Amino acid sequence: MSEQNGSGPMVDVRQVTRTFRRGRIEVPVLRGLDLEMQRGDFLALMGPSGSGKSTLLNLIAGLDRPTSGEVFVGGAAIHKLSERRLAGWRARNIGFVFQFSNLLAGLNAARNVALPLLLTSISGKERRRRVALALDIVGLSDRARHRPRELSGGEQQRVGIARALVNDPALLVCDEPTGDLDHRTSDGILDLLAALNQEHGKTVLMVTHDPAAADRAGRLLHLDDGRLVESADGEAS
Amino acid sequence: MSSLTLISAALRRKKARTFLTFSSVVFAFLMFGVLSMIRSAFSMGVDLAGEDRLVVRHRVSLFQLLPQSYEADMEELPGVVDAMHMTWFGGVYQDPQNFFMQSPVVPAEYLDMYPEIRLSEEARTRWIETRNGAVVGRATAERFGWEVGDRVPIQPTIWQQEGREDEAWEFELVGIYHSDVEGFDETQMLFRYDFFDETRSFGRGQVGWYAVRVNDPERAAEVAASIDRLFQNSAAETKSEPEGAFAAGFANQMGNIGLIVTSILGAVFFTILLVSGNTMAQSVRERVGEIGLLKAIGFTAARVQRLVLFESLTLVTSAGFFGLLLAAGLAAVVQPMFAAYMPGLFLQGRDIFIGLGLAVLTGLVVGFFPARRAMKLRTAFALRRL
Ligand SMILES: Nc1ncnc2c1ncn2[C@@H]1O[C@H](COP(=O)(O)OP(=O)(O)OP(=O)(O)O)[C@@H](O)[C@H]1O
Ligand SMILES: [Mg+2]
Repeated sequence: MSEQNGSGPMVDVRQVTRTFRRGRIEVPVLRGLDLEMQRGDFLALMGPSGSGKSTLLNLIAGLDRPTSGEVFVGGAAIHKLSERRLAGWRARNIGFVFQFSNLLAGLNAARNVALPLLLTSISGKERRRRVALALDIVGLSDRARHRPRELSGGEQQRVGIARALVNDPALLVCDEPTGDLDHRTSDGILDLLAALNQEHGKTVLMVTHDPAAADRAGRLLHLDDGRLVESADGEAS
Repeated sequence: MSSLTLISAALRRKKARTFLTFSSVVFAFLMFGVLSMIRSAFSMGVDLAGEDRLVVRHRVSLFQLLPQSYEADMEELPGVVDAMHMTWFGGVYQDPQNFFMQSPVVPAEYLDMYPEIRLSEEARTRWIETRNGAVVGRATAERFGWEVGDRVPIQPTIWQQEGREDEAWEFELVGIYHSDVEGFDETQMLFRYDFFDETRSFGRGQVGWYAVRVNDPERAAEVAASIDRLFQNSAAETKSEPEGAFAAGFANQMGNIGLIVTSILGAVFFTILLVSGNTMAQSVRERVGEIGLLKAIGFTAARVQRLVLFESLTLVTSAGFFGLLLAAGLAAVVQPMFAAYMPGLFLQGRDIFIGLGLAVLTGLVVGFFPARRAMKLRTAFALRRL
């Protein structure tokens, strides 16, 4: 990954604020917070609805920009990148998993997985290899030709994860990846994320409302009133 | 897999809607083709008019005669290359409904004046040799099943033969002409002026109108004015104008077909813009989540904009091309059927070209706002709706 140095933290958020405007009112959502994630971390982020979890996740994933402060991911100062460069950076460095089925209805599973590869110049052969590999990792090799509506919610979420993996990003950001699934299916998805973290070395940042899901992570942070509080091992940020 | 896959997936999302939109655009462009043909039929001659030809007629009306001596006078004028006369014969073949134009001409002069006409050497020679020889356009020959060598009786309505009142004129068909210029009048029957002049019972030495070739099309108006000046205050004053203006004046008498056609087309295209614009807008609105996702995983705003624009182009422009293709097919079938009645009824290359341009333009206009919306869509916001 060209833009990432091998050393240093994976994610380094420094004194970040994010304020939204609603008409004439300014709503401060993040009020100057710091966060460091090391390579290989599996971090769960919890907090009340509306506390700004998705907002923080979007800042780290390069979907949004802080009102003030700095965001470094893999050593890159992404708060400084232009929209255009940020799009390219996301394509190469971030794997996204969202709460709801985030697949294109008109494309089959394999093509959905291949979407991010449209932005690269790799050959058709290499592309097929990677898609097959990603589908294999999520255990859906036999569903490659299925349309999203022919798949269960859990399977759709797995396809989404395969798509997040296909470019081999170092960082996976997951916004309530199990929010829409029943317990058993959730467990399967969490097993998969844990495996990606442990066996494939992916750094994982996961927003969740589910304490059971948060238990699977190595680190747990709470976001409240615009500030972060570290759980368990107690090191507040 | 490529961007094309994405576009086709987007269009296949709502197949019925895509099909309906596609069909209505096809229909609009088919209509465009048909109306263009009709307009072309009614404005026949205007588009084909030679830029270097003037038409000189009696100032009062087309049906008043001019002295044949004007020809030599006009050819003396600076700027005039050649002059040639024609006369409305107005005869009837078998039935008054079988209308087509006949005129006496001086063969060599006529063929010089209208190089658009294709007539075999053999026919030319036979025409010189045959006093009552006539040539006829391919459409009329086919219409009545005439062949070279046939004797064709034409009943006069104006021009009686000296001493043989009410008898039909008999012409011998010496040749059949055609033209490579599409839409050129292939209905006329032309016979020799010397035969006509000697045989008619009145009006000797008088002709209907003149075609005059000028050496510089840029100065055609100037030459026309000098011709009219030359015959000012004579017994037969003239009105000269470029062939195109003459044909346009003729066409305008048929009602302003051009304006009607243009208005109908305007209404059709306005509707098409609404219909397909609505389809595209709706399609993008429904896909806010999908588009947000594409942006999240790294599609740039410009790329998303292009995708939507190409989607619109694919839907609207291909439908337009298809409609034009249908129109061209229809024209190919209809044109030979009507060649004898409406020689101008054909799909002009120019109109096809305009149609193609219109199809691309419609695609772009229809796609513009949805594409802009997709481009401006804020990713984080869009994903909230996912
Ligand atoms: N684009 C935006 N414009 C205006 N306000 C926004 C925008 N995005 C988020 N907000 C506001 O910021 C606050 C935090 O939103 P955010 O989505 O980050 O919360 P969250 O913690 O993810 O909540 P949930 O658990 O419900 O997903 C909310 O009050 C929300 O309304
Ligand atoms: Mg959220």
